[in-house]
Amino acid sequence: MSQKTNIALSVNGEQVQASVPARLNLVDFLRDHLGLTGSHVGCEQGACGACTLSVDGVMVRGCLMLAVQADGANIITVEAFGESVTGEQLQQSFVEHNALQCGFCTPGMLASGIDYIESGGSTDRTHIRKHISGNYCRCTGYQSIVDAIASVVEGRNSLAVETKQTPGAEESGTSNKRAGE
Amino acid sequence: MSGPLHKFDRPNSYIGRSVVRPDAKRLVEGQGNYVDDLQLPRMVHAAFVRSPYAHAKIISIDTSNAKSVTGVVAVFVGNDINSQVKPWTATLTHLKGMRSPPQLPLADAVARWQGEPIVMVVAQSRAIAEDACELVEIEFEPLEPVCNTEIAAQRGTPLIHPELDSNVAWEREVVAGDADTAMQGSDITTLERTFHFGRHTGVTLESRSVVTEFNKSDDTLVFHYSGQAPHMMQAVLSKHLQLPEENVRVVARDVGGSFGIKIHTYGDEIATAVAARLLCRPVKFIADRLESFSSDIHAREHRVHGKIAVNKNGEIVALTFDDVTGIGPYSMYPRTSAIECNQILNLTGAPYKIENYYAKGTVVFQNKNMMCQYRAVGHPVAMAVCDSLIEDVAHEINMDVVDIRRRNLIADDAYPVTSATGMKFNELSHHQSLDSLIAMMNYDQLRNDQKSDRAAGIYRGIGLVSMVEVTNPSPMFYGVGGAPIAAQDGASIRLDAAGALHVSCSVTEQGQGTNTILAQIAAEVFGVDIDRVKVTTGDTANVPYGGGTWASRGAGIGGESVLLAAKALKDQVLDVAASILQTSADSLDIDAGTVINIADGAERMDLGELGKIVYYRANELPPDIKPELIATRHYRVTDYPFVFTNSAMAAHVEVDVETGFVKVLDFWVVEDCGRVINPKLVDEQIRGGVVQGIGGALYEECLYDDDGQLLNATMADYLVPMAAEMPDIHILHVETPTTTSNLGAKGAGEAGTGGAPAAILNAVNDALRPLDTAIHQMPMTPERILKALYPDKL
Repeated sequence: MSQKTNIALSVNGEQVQASVPARLNLVDFLRDHLGLTGSHVGCEQGACGACTLSVDGVMVRGCLMLAVQADGANIITVEAFGESVTGEQLQQSFVEHNALQCGFCTPGMLASGIDYIESGGSTDRTHIRKHISGNYCRCTGYQSIVDAIASVVEGRNSLAVETKQTPGAEESGTSNKRAGE
Repeated sequence: MSGPLHKFDRPNSYIGRSVVRPDAKRLVEGQGNYVDDLQLPRMVHAAFVRSPYAHAKIISIDTSNAKSVTGVVAVFVGNDINSQVKPWTATLTHLKGMRSPPQLPLADAVARWQGEPIVMVVAQSRAIAEDACELVEIEFEPLEPVCNTEIAAQRGTPLIHPELDSNVAWEREVVAGDADTAMQGSDITTLERTFHFGRHTGVTLESRSVVTEFNKSDDTLVFHYSGQAPHMMQAVLSKHLQLPEENVRVVARDVGGSFGIKIHTYGDEIATAVAARLLCRPVKFIADRLESFSSDIHAREHRVHGKIAVNKNGEIVALTFDDVTGIGPYSMYPRTSAIECNQILNLTGAPYKIENYYAKGTVVFQNKNMMCQYRAVGHPVAMAVCDSLIEDVAHEINMDVVDIRRRNLIADDAYPVTSATGMKFNELSHHQSLDSLIAMMNYDQLRNDQKSDRAAGIYRGIGLVSMVEVTNPSPMFYGVGGAPIAAQDGASIRLDAAGALHVSCSVTEQGQGTNTILAQIAAEVFGVDIDRVKVTTGDTANVPYGGGTWASRGAGIGGESVLLAAKALKDQVLDVAASILQTSADSLDIDAGTVINIADGAERMDLGELGKIVYYRANELPPDIKPELIATRHYRVTDYPFVFTNSAMAAHVEVDVETGFVKVLDFWVVEDCGRVINPKLVDEQIRGGVVQGIGGALYEECLYDDDGQLLNATMADYLVPMAAEMPDIHILHVETPTTTSNLGAKGAGEAGTGGAPAAILNAVNDALRPLDTAIHQMPMTPERILKALYPDKL
């Protein structure tokens, strides 16, 4: 159990090397070893979704993946969600719609929301509700979270329409801001 | 929000506006400060070996293998910890006759519920501590568990505490008028039902969390916890660890949900404090989800037998019921586990005119996890019992369920009113709220649609509830009974040298937006932009003494203390400004951080300039001017024991008669919580509350087998409402400000949870009515609905 493995990975754009016990899960590694405490641990069995984060562009449960499995991976956590256009828009929308109360589910809820928007999800509230049904929120009753996600999608749709109507207007991207710079 | 201009409707006002929470940005960017985020030098981690039995003698404990694990710092058995603690006993003197044996952090001779902590392991990491827990060997002699509440209450069943003569913790009877006689008569229709309310729990997403530091040099303890009542915890720790109260500091930073779960005294948390003191190093305890389900307080578990009698006009002539509830092996400290039953005795039927009333409550010990106050304490049971009886009896006499309420709800102009149970009500709006609800939900149209749906084999139901909620409690709730729980709260507001306000207040934030509304009140009453207000809550070293946030009191009581302090500070500042400007204070006002003339609005002096004169260049002030630039005020409710709110709610559901599944199609709420300080935040409190109420009505139950084993202690097995099952919730407000305060705010935190179960229950039974069946058990799971539909087949 105490056997350690060397790993090297990218976390929020920073190269990280560490020697970790084989049984250490990814979210505990991020929280306890790197001090990235934004990802939260709610159930340690993949049920609550609070630890959801991006591994090589895929949203995964940080409690269901071992740190050693993340060797060589590119990890993005809530601390860096705001560096993508979608992440920044959704964070802003969460604040405007009060789509959080205690904030404990929020990192995972944002991750699922980003995933929904980036995979081309519509403003259909039933679809949004289904997509975030792997994330548990005890405070809000979910409606404001649905509002926040729908509002970002709506904003993009109207921007897309405007772009079509205004030749030469810049394409609104979902790509990483850094990559776009 | 209509009517003449109010004092709060001035320019630059914040009260009544949906101000965005200043602290939300921090939380969406992953910059929260929850207890588990805290890393301290030399900090070690605790895990507990808990009883696998609901009831067992502890014969022997062998910790030698656990102690030999590399990284283990200490292994403590009962006496190691318990000898450092003065036992606590959870009774209140105003609950006459209540009893509960003394408690200590760890079970020593007998374990009385599955999940009770027995051995504490402290190690370099939680993982190592858990490894070592596996190696602790405990020999048990199982005892007969007493789990069923009604059996536990009977004489002759095994005693959970042999020193008591029965398993009954408390009993109370309430008698008003003569219900028996009133129920006689040829024109009286009576109806009886037995209701079962399952145990459920709060499932805060952040589990209970503690980091304790002890400094041996000055004998001080710092208790970082995820909780709602720092000063109460300070008093508890001081008394039971026998430290001077001033040597205990309790800090609650960001709290990941609480809902009443985190306001009690838990043995594992006290043990963590003791361990820090014994080891002289910080100790962290973060409950895992299994520990949360098996040791966070549970709530409800009531069996209520109720009877209602109405005359031919649909007027309620009598209401009687008896409630039996199981609370686990002890009463929870210091609020006690009899309050939920007491609330049910006090609040059932509260919205209605009822002269003849009889209620009996029996609170029983049993070998299950402890039960105590969780959001909307007692309300879901009280409202569901009364409003289910009312809707059922309305159908008996062929009366519409809205009509029967209109005939019985206390008139909006009748207040003040004292109920049959002695509750004092004032400034409620049941009729106006119900009218508003009926219009919003388009009731008549829904009833018409329901008929055509039924003809098509679709079973949809409409259910209502009219309710009250206890908010803004006075000392009559706990303080009167001897608990170290303040009913008053305090606020200090200081003007700094740059002209900003620093508010510190004894109510706490768990995500409701408490800090935001306090800033709104301070900014408006004093006269600065809200971004110049910094709010501190949740730290006994830095806020005035007060009760914290529970019983929907943060806005009404904490908010009023801020209003009073802001007003006092403003008077002071204007005195100083008048002296500097050589004019009279009553000719000046403060607007957006600037002292102005009331007469012409001319800007006279920036507050930053005033601050600099006072703090840096006080030589410019006349010697008789001695500015404080800080004001503290405290507030408590004095006119009434509680300031009640009222709401009317309705649910529209569809029952699938083949699968037993219930789909909530729509939900409507009309809430009167007095002055609404921040409409968005209030609406979100109601929505979140309704969803917790729907959870209790349809999904959530802590399932125990006959041996007292909790069967579903994971988030995959204990069903909480998820987004896909929940409807959008429509909300309107009636605003009847309370005249008990300047602010006029009542509480809004618990109404949704208190009322939603009744509305859902009524809606399900309304859907089932043409099928000639009904259900009076929560949660209304598909299995239970199918059993109600097909009793012969299942």
